[in-house]
Amino acid sequence: MKSGLYGFLFAMWSLIIIGGGIMVVLLGPFSIQQFGDFHWIISSGTKVSIALGLIIIWILVLSKLKNYIFKKELKF
Amino acid sequence: MIELIIPTIISCILAFFVVYFTIPPLIKILVKKNYTVKDVNKKENVMVARPGGISIILGIIVSEIVLYGFFQLNEILAIIITTTAAFAIGYVDDRKVMGGWFKPVTLAIAALPIIFLGAYNSDFTFPLFGDVQIPLLYLGLIIFMIPITGNTINSIDVLNGVASGFMVIASFTLSICLFILQNYEIAIVSLPLGFVSLAFYKYHKIPSKIFPGDSGALTFGAMYGVIAIIGGVEIIAAIALLPAVINSFLFLSSVKRVVEHRQIKGKPVEFTSDFKLKATTDKTAPVTLVRLILAGGPLTEKQVGFAIFKLTIFSGILAIITAFMMGVSL
Repeated sequence: MKSGLYGFLFAMWSLIIIGGGIMVVLLGPFSIQQFGDFHWIISSGTKVSIALGLIIIWILVLSKLKNYIFKKELKF
Repeated sequence: MIELIIPTIISCILAFFVVYFTIPPLIKILVKKNYTVKDVNKKENVMVARPGGISIILGIIVSEIVLYGFFQLNEILAIIITTTAAFAIGYVDDRKVMGGWFKPVTLAIAALPIIFLGAYNSDFTFPLFGDVQIPLLYLGLIIFMIPITGNTINSIDVLNGVASGFMVIASFTLSICLFILQNYEIAIVSLPLGFVSLAFYKYHKIPSKIFPGDSGALTFGAMYGVIAIIGGVEIIAAIALLPAVINSFLFLSSVKRVVEHRQIKGKPVEFTSDFKLKATTDKTAPVTLVRLILAGGPLTEKQVGFAIFKLTIFSGILAIITAFMMGVSL
């Protein structure tokens, strides 16, 4: 069991690093210029939406991973 | 560099000894006023004083005021104001049973001074990949961060000494990472949290003489969250906190809604005849970190606590590796 927990911790850490990388690659260069003074609001709003989408995907992946690692134990 | 040593030493000594010396009289006062709760993990009917948050916040305020005298940083004011607000929120919850909405909403409001004082940098830094500018998203992150760290520490406060021992490891890890990143002033400002936790652990470790209560746990969690924001080490802070994050994640993914622990009917853990902790087979009970640790077989309260500390040390090592990775760019 304990090795499963360490494995899950390591998997979470890896997902954070990979997720962070995707975030920088996707959101870093992202900008919208065609809305005059409001471009930063539109740009930030789009970034927020993408970030939330990534977080939801992250949670779903983590849920699958949790079920896989703790297959036996989660039959409580 | 030399000029930083004296404030560091003074603040760390004050943080440790204010808590160390105020807890014994606080226990006496709490017991006298009958502010005690049953330690549910003990065979005998043991009553323990609560909340110890009063000493914790005192240690933090005194040491941070001394540091403010030396550095005059808005970041220190943000720590003092937000952490004190979190303590007050927890204290209200200690005295009166509040609804599930109370802590998340009020802690989000407690995070506002960080924004008003401008004690943050909206560049979000990731290891290996560099940083990304997210001004609007970052404001949302600040407002969410304090309720998350506060409630995460609160949720791990399940056994004698676990919350404070966990904070000792996580907060010193965070300070080490800040030193690695050469953010010396914030690293020094973060040290009192580790020393306050260490002094509190002396009385909180098994068998507990005092419990931190919601006021103590939220104070720990809120200060940790503020340090993560003002130090720009949000990712590292989250990694150092992973065992508690796993606990909250397992809990939420099994109950599938935001709910107070006291509202859950099913028991995740029960006792064997020799009073060891054992995972139940109750399908209605939430999955928690303790329950998963006990899935391998019954353990004493002390053994479960040490299993959690070992996991925290492991995530602390991952956090330190991440700090080193911050300096590397792909």
